Amino acid sequence: MDAATLLIQVLNGLQYGLLLFLIASGLTLIFGIMGVINLAHGSFYMIGAYLAFWLTGALGNFWVALPAGIALAVVLGIALEWLLIRHLYQRDHLYQVLLTYGLILVFEELRSLLFGDDVHGVTVPDPLNFSIRLTDTLSYPVYRLAMSAICLALAAGMYLLIARTRLGMMIRAGSVNRDMVQALGINIGLLYRLVFALGVALAAFAGMLAAPASSVFPGMGNQVLIISFVVIVIGGLGSIKGALVAALLIGLADVFGQVLLPQISGMTVYLVMAAVLVWRPRGLFGSA
Amino acid sequence: MDRSRLLPVLLAATLLALLLFPLVGEKFYLQYATKIMIMAIFAMSLDLLVGYTGLVSLGHALFYGLAGYALVLMGERGEVSLWWTLPASMAVAALAALAVGALVLRTSGVYFIMVTLAFAQMTYFFVRDSAYFGGSDGKYLNAKPTLSLLGWQPVDLENTLHRYYLTLVLTVAVYLLLRRVLGSPFGRVLVGIRDNEPRMRSLGFATFRYKLAAFVLAGALAGLAGYLTAVQDGIMNPEQLGWNRSGEALVMVILGGMGTLAGPALGAGALMVLELLFSIWTKYWQLLLGAFVIAVVLFLPRGLGSLFARRRAARDGHG
Amino acid sequence: MTDIDAKRAPSRRKFLKTATGAAALTAATLHAPFVIAQRSKIKVGLMLPYTGTYAQLGIAITDAFKLHVDESGGALGGRGIEYAQVDDESEPAKATDNANRLVEREKVDVLVGTVHSGVAMAMAKVAREAGVLTICPNAGADALTGAACAPNIFRTSFSNWQPAFPMGKVLADRGIKNVVTLTWKYAAGEEAINGFKEGFTQAGGKVTKELTLPFPQVEFQALLTEIASLKPDAVFVFFAGGGAVKFVKDYAASGLRRTVPLFGSGFLTDGTLQAQGEAAQGLETTLHYGDGLILPKNLAFREEYRKRTNRDADVYAVQGYDAAQLLRIGLEAVRGDMKAKKHMIAAMGSAVIDSPRGKFTLSKSHNPVQDIYLRKVVGMENKVESVAYKALADPARGCKMA
Repeated sequence: MDAATLLIQVLNGLQYGLLLFLIASGLTLIFGIMGVINLAHGSFYMIGAYLAFWLTGALGNFWVALPAGIALAVVLGIALEWLLIRHLYQRDHLYQVLLTYGLILVFEELRSLLFGDDVHGVTVPDPLNFSIRLTDTLSYPVYRLAMSAICLALAAGMYLLIARTRLGMMIRAGSVNRDMVQALGINIGLLYRLVFALGVALAAFAGMLAAPASSVFPGMGNQVLIISFVVIVIGGLGSIKGALVAALLIGLADVFGQVLLPQISGMTVYLVMAAVLVWRPRGLFGSA
Repeated sequence: MDRSRLLPVLLAATLLALLLFPLVGEKFYLQYATKIMIMAIFAMSLDLLVGYTGLVSLGHALFYGLAGYALVLMGERGEVSLWWTLPASMAVAALAALAVGALVLRTSGVYFIMVTLAFAQMTYFFVRDSAYFGGSDGKYLNAKPTLSLLGWQPVDLENTLHRYYLTLVLTVAVYLLLRRVLGSPFGRVLVGIRDNEPRMRSLGFATFRYKLAAFVLAGALAGLAGYLTAVQDGIMNPEQLGWNRSGEALVMVILGGMGTLAGPALGAGALMVLELLFSIWTKYWQLLLGAFVIAVVLFLPRGLGSLFARRRAARDGHG
Repeated sequence: MTDIDAKRAPSRRKFLKTATGAAALTAATLHAPFVIAQRSKIKVGLMLPYTGTYAQLGIAITDAFKLHVDESGGALGGRGIEYAQVDDESEPAKATDNANRLVEREKVDVLVGTVHSGVAMAMAKVAREAGVLTICPNAGADALTGAACAPNIFRTSFSNWQPAFPMGKVLADRGIKNVVTLTWKYAAGEEAINGFKEGFTQAGGKVTKELTLPFPQVEFQALLTEIASLKPDAVFVFFAGGGAVKFVKDYAASGLRRTVPLFGSGFLTDGTLQAQGEAAQGLETTLHYGDGLILPKNLAFREEYRKRTNRDADVYAVQGYDAAQLLRIGLEAVRGDMKAKKHMIAAMGSAVIDSPRGKFTLSKSHNPVQDIYLRKVVGMENKVESVAYKALADPARGCKMA
């Protein structure tokens, strides 16, 4: 592998890693802060992708569709939390697993009812619909670079929110001791609702953003679900920094695994996870 | 362990019903019931881990699938006998459980869940991508194993009815075995570990060894279920090792009621029967199934089994 | 003879009458072994994915199958048709149970399925053991009409090897010397690439590298970069569905189309053009069908299909339509009497199916012997440029019938 190709592969790995972080960010928020195992995370990603497809068609412009989609996702998140999720906080994690598993089935069928079962595409929006030349044979789509930039901005934004704002402080406190926070007069129910809605919105936003670079099809949520869990577990539950590091690690491992060790490329991600967990049973940055 | 007085009666009634079912059931229903019983074995073996030891494994299908493939590979060159292939397949599953367990039991909680998933997925990819196992489309079992006693063949596994009764006998045997194990001092240690592992350790128990033993036993029994699946279907595909299969089993355990043994068996039956009914009914059967699952979680906090049992040694609501 | 005997003994005339009648009846039955068609309907069991990634295909096949039955007046070979449908979710682990549902519970007379090869292999086992007439309208597993072939199993689609093989000669004839292949690491991908490789090396070309990525991953950037650094004369791929959409878009965005031309098995551009848009323009692929095929049968079919479903027909619809045609031919040959299984199978085996893809026959292993077209994407359509291979038969390796 020559130097130019090596560099480009590193770029590929980082870019894929940032996309993974974006996708997993909603999950790490919901699980890390609220302790809720949300199996429907992949479904929210899919909902985002289908929203991008539908709204871009209906409103005519991808950049207008984005905030509209996010707004809808927030509403969905609030509704779900209020109707279903809030009954599960006091119960065993496994009931959350079961409930969100039921949600997967429901969302998949609703999607079929509302949007049918065809494969769809979303055209890359202007002004990002071009590629820049890297070598004499290879160009890089600018949209992907833009996505990476947005992911970085998001990572920074999340960090600032959780670590530097009052809201972030309340969220962190709520994850450590729910009752105490409530005793201090803070409406923990409302807080959790906000966090859940934010998590759903993040997943949907990831789906919307990735849609032009990907494709929109039934069952697309399943693939994303597992990799998201892998990312947040390697990173350490509840750690956004960990999720970012883990995502980049996986992105690079996947890219180089595909190119250097194709025979085991399906297993690469899991090998990395198993290795990390055997070495550091709580993930890279996980707290006890 | 508390047990409702209603439960043994119900179990006996179910057993009687299953014994008599072939009198009214057509071939398809016998086949489907056999599958349900196989999944019940699988679910009960998982309940040993989830409900009684507090180990939530999302990679349990690894042992299930490996045993099934073991039979297919052993039977590649011709007819084989059940007498040695069944224990051999279970041994393969148990050894795999020993190897995996030794590594994964260092972790706990969600990390444990994920690392069991990791191992299962790795094996899935390995099996799927290798020609030795038949590749991604699966591998046929050339001939069903024979079951003969000194030349006399009482059970013909090509016969649906025989397979049904053999599976029924094995299901009951597994249930009784697990009841025995869980009622023994070993079983009580497991429950103690589930409820408070540090305390058990401070009491002098080598908790790691107990967990490993439970993991291996559960793996072996999952292997039994996998073996029976290979016999029943005559084909093994890599998807039997995947996380979807493991997830299904976990859903059955939680749905039926963790930590009750009979609950997960009930969960297996409920899930498979409802899937059949709903899909006969409508194209959108997944919607109904999902709604049912959600309803159970919200309205039956201890799973379906709580409809029948009154007092059970069940997991409490703290996570 | 006494009086009593005379009364009991049938008269000679009566005897001769009865005897002649019996003889005539026997002769008639021997010459025409088909019972006049009963009025009861024939049950067709459709085992297809109606949910999940391949739902689109299952629906297309079903709609086209039913279209042909309705076109034929709702009856094939004089027998009415009723349906039983099972959603197999493209899940191989549940395949045996689903097949049993149709064969044992619904007791279907004919089994039509399926899309996913892993599911098809399990289904085939059930079909073989039960002896049910089975028509496969998609799953391309080479083994289905290869090592696992059976007299009662037919296929109206393709074997994975088939559409890819001719592209080899096409590329070699254009002076292309080395090619890099890329696909998912699963049976369908491997069999397709093997088909291409066989054709290409036979014609003097060389496959320098065979790249794969795990199914169903769709992150292609790393391998596209790899291709760019290898700089082959051309690239041949096998992808389908959502993955095909993304790959074509990624390939275009990477600028590789300028320097490394892309070719593929036709599934790359079938049913996906709407989603691929600009990125797919000019792509050349080989397949046993092209929606731009200018044949009267195809034009009529496409119009009927559009009227019925409000969608455009794709190769999957054609395969489903032809499954119904094959069944019709078999039923017509036995005048609706499915008990004459051997005769029906023989008739189906020697059938000439007037398909929207052009006329085709079946090989001894019951796989289509068909023309493979070279198509080019022009606008929203796969225009057929030429016939890449006339009447190509799958080698049916391992089939005992061939």
